[in-house]
Amino acid sequence: MVLVLAIGDLHIPHRAPDLPPKFKSMLVPGKIQHIICTGNLCIKEVHDYFKSLCPDLHITRGEYDEDYRYPENKTLTIGQFKLGICHGHQVIPWGDLDSLAMLQRQLDVDILVTGHTHQFKAYKHEGGVVINPGSATGAYSSFTYDVNPSFVLMDIDGLRVVVYVYELIDGEVKVDKIDFKKTPTTRSAH
Amino acid sequence: MIADGVEDEEKWLSAGIAGLQQNAFYMHRALDSNNLRDALKYSAQMLSELRTSRLSPHKYYELYMRAFDELRKLEMFFKEETRRGCSIIDLYELVQHAGNILPRLYLLCTVGSVYIKSKEAPAKDVLKDLVEMCRGIQHPVRGLFLRSYLAQVSRDKLPDIGSEYEGDADTVVDAVEFVLQNFTEMNKLWVRMQHQGPAREKEKREKERSELRDLVGKNLHVLSQIEGIDLDMYKDTVLPRVLEQVVNCKDELAQYYLMDCIIQVFPDEYHLQTLDVLLGAFPQLQPTVDIKTVLSRLMERLSNYAASSADVLPEFLQVEAFSKLNNAIGKVIEAQPDMPILGVITLYSSLLTFTLHVHPDRLDYADQVLGACVRKLSGKGKLEDNKATKQIVALLSAPLEKYNDIVTALKLSNYPRVMEYLDSETNKVMATVIIQSIMKNKTRISTADRVEALFELIKGLIKDLDGTFDDEVDEDDFKEEQNSVARLIQMFYNDDTEEMFKIICTVRKHILAGGPKRLPFTVPPLVFSSLKLVRQLQGQEENPFGEEESTTPKKIFQLLNQTLETLSNIPAPELALQLYLQCAEAANDCDLEPVAYEFFTQAYILYEEEISDSRAQVTAIHLIIGTLQRMHVFGVENRDTLTHKATGYSAKLLKKPDQCRAVYACSHLFWVDDQDNMKDGERVLLCLKRALRIANAAQQMSNAARGSTGSVTLFVEILNKYLYFFEKGNPQVTVAAIQSLIELITTEMQSDSSTPDPAADALFASTLRYIEFQKQKGGAVGEKYEPIKV
Repeated sequence: MVLVLAIGDLHIPHRAPDLPPKFKSMLVPGKIQHIICTGNLCIKEVHDYFKSLCPDLHITRGEYDEDYRYPENKTLTIGQFKLGICHGHQVIPWGDLDSLAMLQRQLDVDILVTGHTHQFKAYKHEGGVVINPGSATGAYSSFTYDVNPSFVLMDIDGLRVVVYVYELIDGEVKVDKIDFKKTPTTRSAH
Repeated sequence: MIADGVEDEEKWLSAGIAGLQQNAFYMHRALDSNNLRDALKYSAQMLSELRTSRLSPHKYYELYMRAFDELRKLEMFFKEETRRGCSIIDLYELVQHAGNILPRLYLLCTVGSVYIKSKEAPAKDVLKDLVEMCRGIQHPVRGLFLRSYLAQVSRDKLPDIGSEYEGDADTVVDAVEFVLQNFTEMNKLWVRMQHQGPAREKEKREKERSELRDLVGKNLHVLSQIEGIDLDMYKDTVLPRVLEQVVNCKDELAQYYLMDCIIQVFPDEYHLQTLDVLLGAFPQLQPTVDIKTVLSRLMERLSNYAASSADVLPEFLQVEAFSKLNNAIGKVIEAQPDMPILGVITLYSSLLTFTLHVHPDRLDYADQVLGACVRKLSGKGKLEDNKATKQIVALLSAPLEKYNDIVTALKLSNYPRVMEYLDSETNKVMATVIIQSIMKNKTRISTADRVEALFELIKGLIKDLDGTFDDEVDEDDFKEEQNSVARLIQMFYNDDTEEMFKIICTVRKHILAGGPKRLPFTVPPLVFSSLKLVRQLQGQEENPFGEEESTTPKKIFQLLNQTLETLSNIPAPELALQLYLQCAEAANDCDLEPVAYEFFTQAYILYEEEISDSRAQVTAIHLIIGTLQRMHVFGVENRDTLTHKATGYSAKLLKKPDQCRAVYACSHLFWVDDQDNMKDGERVLLCLKRALRIANAAQQMSNAARGSTGSVTLFVEILNKYLYFFEKGNPQVTVAAIQSLIELITTEMQSDSSTPDPAADALFASTLRYIEFQKQKGGAVGEKYEPIKV
């Protein structure tokens, strides 16, 4: 069992002062093996905080991020899964699932994690799964008027990934879970 | 010379110890053979070593301890003797035949101890006799140690309540009397040391006196342990007598030490009940005594006492502790006009902590204390003393910690006045403390007035204070500071839109004075707070009878426009562009077409004139296209102009691949899913074809420059876009077009001159898989895809 935290769009300090305390108390060091961050942290303090939770930290650049060195997108392999990360402001139209599917094909990954819209999404299509962990602070978004703080925890076990989404609704943390199974595909030889 | 002296002292000490040990040996021999006379003779000789004047107190102590140990054994022998029938009274008389007075008195005290234990005479009589006889030794060091010995052996024999020595004739009053007398005499001896010897050795004497102070203080300790002393006796007898001695001795060292001793040794409830008397003694002390430290320690103890249990608080009120302490401090400060500022602040700091613990609800008391501080500080200008400024920070932090709420602290009218006296560095430190307190307690600041007051307090962070040009400010520190200000701005909120608008205006006013270095940090949070307010206003019913003055989204957008202009002077074009686009989207949601158009215009100007870095251009283009794609408020003309420009920018990016991708992204500008009149199939296709031409040009360039045509990946990406619009039902994207593109790609991949690219291959393969998958879906989709051959 490998736990991967997918989180992003905190927009600290431009749009939010801090992570919600209920989230902070849940995110303790030592429990998570990888962190995938979609971007728009925006400052070093948030980076350091994530680093303290888990040293294996992967971040892509959001348009407000202070650090210009984060890459535009990134891929990594965890267990049997190939994951791709991209903030999402580069994929137009924003939030469009077909366009995101194209990015997924470009990066050649099973799971694509993107952000930018501050809306939680977990979507399965023939090429794989697209996950948007939403905004961990519930930051203002031009996309939607109704932003609840949220993040995602993925439990990768063999060919199966369970996606837990944690949402803060009216002061209470609500959890939902979605199962995905990867079918071993036969690809044409290169 | 001095070194010689120390060496000599060592010699004398060794000689003394040798002499002592030798006589002790003979004494023991005599004791073993029950020879009382000889035992007394040798013990007297042994004790004669203590008659020396040559040793410093430190060394004398070593000699004394050895004598002490031997005397314990002697005492045991005496006890045995009395059991064997020797009369204690005779013994008592016998030892007085010793030749020299010092040994005589040590022996007397030793016998006296046994005498009291035998109960053949009332304890008080023996004790009285001993304490008065000790007057025979007027040499300070010898006298102090002798009386210390008396105190030690008598300790467990005092006629305290419940003790075996209590009787009709012996009461605790006698015990107290004994200890007080011993104490008084010891203090006199101790003080006398100050005046012995030449003036130039004053420092040495004071050091020696310091080594002896615990001997004197021990008596007070003993008094505190006497169970029979209740509050009344303490008030009527003990405290007045002790204070009398303290005041009358007129000695700085003794007064400081003993006042502190009294405070530490006796219970806090006693201090509360005798506060008048205790505080009344302070002005009578020598002017050089460090009263402020003693007073501070007293207040500290009382603060802790108050904090220990809520039950004791009424006592404080009953004795009017606050006003008494306040007055006492005032008097002390008045009496010592040269007291350094650190001392004054320490005193008020202790008083404030006391007030916060004892009278947490009396803000007026806390304000009083701060006001007294201000009065004392006035006329001094900004403080230079590091320790003093640290104390002021401690002073100001105390109310924050106690109330956990900056709003309460803001109610203290003197709070900001104290802050005026801080230099700019310390002001920043204090400002950071304040902000941290707010963030930790998640305090919401909900009125413009409070925001104003708060910004006044933390002005060191908000702007450069007069006369300070900190070029040496560490960049990381500066960033942290400004980020904390940004976070702070998020804590300003009020549900009432009018008040919220006032808050925003107040914040704006202050941050605009912050200068170009601060604006990139402080403007974004202001912008987003404003946009949130716009949303709130949208949610409210439009009031057609609303006043001219009431807040509207339009007004807020005007404010935002003016604010964002300031960013262009810094320059911070990328940030400004992003914020303009955010505002445009918000204006779009409010159906304010001209406002939205103006924001776009400003964004475009920034792009054209200020953003020259290639990477920044790519990001900016994505944001422009992405935002424009979502706008529904524009009429045909405006939309056309903006779209035309955006496509133009895309085609002019530096790198061909970037151009290609931006141009095919622009295709989405002509096709918006949820608006039927926004689906222009032709122009979509035109865009895609343009992208193809660019991809072709990229290939040719690559061929010319590198000898191979480069990767086909751009073509595959464009193919994906073709499929996207095909599926959406764009009639201009035909199966034929898709088919020929697929063939083109296949040909290119197989051609010799192309660069093999596994990523492109994988993309192509998965695209073809996608087509297959869609075919398998069946239904309308399957039918659509059926004709495509892969």
